Amino acid sequence: MDYFIELFFGGLTRGSIYALIALGYTMVYGIIGLINFAHGEIYMIGAFTSFIVATVLSIYGFPLLAIVVIAGLAAAVWSSAYGYTIEKLAYRPLRKAPRLAPLISAIGMSIFLQNYVLLAQTSDFLPFPALIPDFEFMEPVAHIVGSSDLAILVLTTLVMIGLTFLIKFTKIGKAMRATAQDKTMAVLVGINVDRVISATFVIGSALAAIGGMLIASHIGQINFYIGFIAGIKAFTAAVLGGIGSIPGAVLGSLVLGLTESFATGYISSDYEDVFAFSLLVLILIFKPSGLLGKAETKKV
Amino acid sequence: MSKAILNVKGLTKNFGGIKAIDKVDLDIHPGEIVALIGPNGAGKTTFFNCLTGIYTPSEGDITLRNPESGKETRLNGMKPNKITEQGMARTFQNIRLFPTMSVLENVMIGRHCRTKALIFGAVFRNPATRREEEEIIATSYDILKKVGLHKQVDEEARNLSYGAQRRLEIGRALATEPFLLLLDEPAAGMNPKETETLVTLIREICKEGHSILLIEHDMKLVMSLSDRIFVMDYGKKIAQGTPEEVRSNPAVIKAYLGEDVDA
Amino acid sequence: MFPVKELKRSFLISIWFAFLTFPIMVIKVDPIERTVLWRWDNMFFIAFGSFVISILAKVYLLRKERRAGRKKAKKDIAEPFVQRILREPRFLYPLSLAVLVLALVFPMFFSTYQTNIMTTALMYVVLGLGLNIVVGVAGLLDLGYVAFYAVGAYSYALLNLHFGLGFWAVLPIGGLFAAFLGVLLGFPVLRLRGDYLAIVTLGFGEIIRLILENWNDFSQGPSGIANIPRPGFFGMDMSFASGITYIYYIVVALVIITIFVVNRLQNSRLGRAWLALREDEIACQAMGIDKTKTKLIAFSLGAFWAGFVGVIFAAKTTFVNPASFTFLESAIILSIVVLGGMGSIVGVIFGALILILMPEYLRALSEYRMLAFGGILVVMMVFKPDGIISNVRRSYRFKKHHSKEVIEP
Repeated sequence: MDYFIELFFGGLTRGSIYALIALGYTMVYGIIGLINFAHGEIYMIGAFTSFIVATVLSIYGFPLLAIVVIAGLAAAVWSSAYGYTIEKLAYRPLRKAPRLAPLISAIGMSIFLQNYVLLAQTSDFLPFPALIPDFEFMEPVAHIVGSSDLAILVLTTLVMIGLTFLIKFTKIGKAMRATAQDKTMAVLVGINVDRVISATFVIGSALAAIGGMLIASHIGQINFYIGFIAGIKAFTAAVLGGIGSIPGAVLGSLVLGLTESFATGYISSDYEDVFAFSLLVLILIFKPSGLLGKAETKKV
Repeated sequence: MSKAILNVKGLTKNFGGIKAIDKVDLDIHPGEIVALIGPNGAGKTTFFNCLTGIYTPSEGDITLRNPESGKETRLNGMKPNKITEQGMARTFQNIRLFPTMSVLENVMIGRHCRTKALIFGAVFRNPATRREEEEIIATSYDILKKVGLHKQVDEEARNLSYGAQRRLEIGRALATEPFLLLLDEPAAGMNPKETETLVTLIREICKEGHSILLIEHDMKLVMSLSDRIFVMDYGKKIAQGTPEEVRSNPAVIKAYLGEDVDA
Repeated sequence: MFPVKELKRSFLISIWFAFLTFPIMVIKVDPIERTVLWRWDNMFFIAFGSFVISILAKVYLLRKERRAGRKKAKKDIAEPFVQRILREPRFLYPLSLAVLVLALVFPMFFSTYQTNIMTTALMYVVLGLGLNIVVGVAGLLDLGYVAFYAVGAYSYALLNLHFGLGFWAVLPIGGLFAAFLGVLLGFPVLRLRGDYLAIVTLGFGEIIRLILENWNDFSQGPSGIANIPRPGFFGMDMSFASGITYIYYIVVALVIITIFVVNRLQNSRLGRAWLALREDEIACQAMGIDKTKTKLIAFSLGAFWAGFVGVIFAAKTTFVNPASFTFLESAIILSIVVLGGMGSIVGVIFGALILILMPEYLRALSEYRMLAFGGILVVMMVFKPDGIISNVRRSYRFKKHHSKEVIEP
């Protein structure tokens, strides 16, 4: 039973980190219909930025709390800046281009960013400092649920609540929803669509950066390649939940995280990614619009 | 009168809780031009989509009868392409041509379901395939002549004028050799002169032995063309008959003009 | 000539990039030794570089605008040079012949090393042409194309290992295996709409690679299979160099066959149906085209070619392991198709030669080549999203006044 609970919480943790990345995919897709391949790289850059900042601060002897806060903020700020810049450089000029062009541009951007970090930093795995201390009150259950699991769960829940609030009640959130539904109409009622798209990239990137920092500190190491597989998994989660749907992205991520956790725990850890992709293929075949996605009605 | 080529009985289509079409009966006989009219949102296009297999009907029967072989086929749940193979083709309310393909190619696509060549034929161009390809081109060219577009064969479809695009859609549908042709608002957005050409074209097509079912809002066109008219409102059939009968039917007038008008 | 406002803008851009790249470019930490290296010179390079590039880009855009304005005034848009050559048989045929002769004498004038690289590039031409059927013509976005390539390569490696089958025997088998797998995968997933199809094929590609990596009993895992024999020539023993040349000619032959077949396919009933399917699926179905069947043919044909090239790949490198079949490989092949110009055979050939040869000859900048590859993809898409060469529209010749009766079905 302990093993089951351990796997369950492991799955939740994993799922909630996927969710932080998946949200970026789903939001961008919802608004401009683009699979933002470079999103995984944004997450990787977030992890690297927090790694660099945290290590520098710890070398200069800052207290742990300050390190966590500053590294988190730095990751969010720089990742957002990257997201914003990428959209402006690589996607905005292609709004009216043939459908595949932005996708190729995104793949190119992804390759570029990977190699940029590889060249500017290193190809080795880097040890990531443990940013989350072991809480004392977690002692009795520490063999099942780690402190970092708890911290990740709490933090992602807070972020989700914040995001929901932002999208439901703020002006930019409403503009985002309107743009996602009908871009032409949004322009007609005076929404600055370019700015909404930029905002979407900024928010999505910040979420991914937080995810990057959390997972890096959870796993304890990073390298330039972590963005690719995490990006694909998160995109899988977004599709699983119904791409374009924000609650769907969260649900899909949790389902994916749990599936992976149980499958690797009970069956075999060699095929971790195979389980994820098989789940995706199965869901798409039997419910092509994803778990919470709206079924498309063909308008003829 | 000869047997109906299309027989629709109790056709119903639900979207969630809404009945977009409610127990509609309809029949078409060989050589007829039948119009389906009704106010916006009456369910006419949904009716077409059910007939052509784009939607699956919730209830009811759709039977198509080939006037030559006499073969009867139940269309419910068939794939759209199978239905077209049975001899019923359609056009779309909001034109759906293949925009970057040439005018001729658009019609040639219509020949697809009457021809056979696959990979082998494509690669080796054996005599049978070459003959078939020539036949496709020749037939398509003849059809384009009929719809008056033979001077623009190499033009991309998207560069055609609105009226020409609608005629091209009709031509493309004709290329599938239908005995029943469904036209969804063929005159929408046309100027009077274009409409006139269209009326002549539809008459010609009918004379050549194709029966026609059309949805249209242009009442002048409907009244002058149709042998019989079916009227739908809120998903239900509210009247049917000859143009004269329909014109004087109080239910029809009420549907079009509202409650308070004295008929 | 260059407005001050633009200079100011470029200056701001350079400051932005200096900020943007600050943590990654400037700071380098050593977490073990606990030292920090501040590389301020990098910041200067970035700022200066982005300043210059932004000015150049602006100049380019201004000139393009001016040219577009002039074109509108002149009204007749001159057909691009390349297009004109492709359309005119009297240019096209001699040109093709020249290219063919060049290809045939290539190994005589260049080293074994160069020939080997050229072989690789030509293999990608074939892969690109195969994927072009799927993506460029039929419009099915396949991000897992490399899986079929892997199937071909492992077919040869395994069938040779266990049953001692030779290259020529496996060549068709590898292709058929891949095509069969294409049908198997295509059947359930081809009804998904575009982007979902993309991600499912991507997932599928990864599944295949992961299976090859982890199922040791079957595929010998990450260490791969070595000592795969090169193709034989009537049982003759060949030196290493002549073996390379031999494979080169096999690939040249394959390229010619592929061009021929793909060209014929595109200009056939099937090819038209693919194009139509790319443009409007619903209209296609209403015209009596069996959507699933037509897509499936395109998908498995593409897979067939990948399987074919996979067998050659295994024979050429005499070694296969899962690392050769990553997503990056799929991305490169897809980039060849899109970069060259979707649906255009000549475009794909150019795309493959540029994308494969460029990194090889950029070895001087060895570690920067993947960076450049990614960057060039983005720049190409931004400035020329239709690819290098767009497809030439076909016009049909037919006898006028031809009035045959419609053939009854």
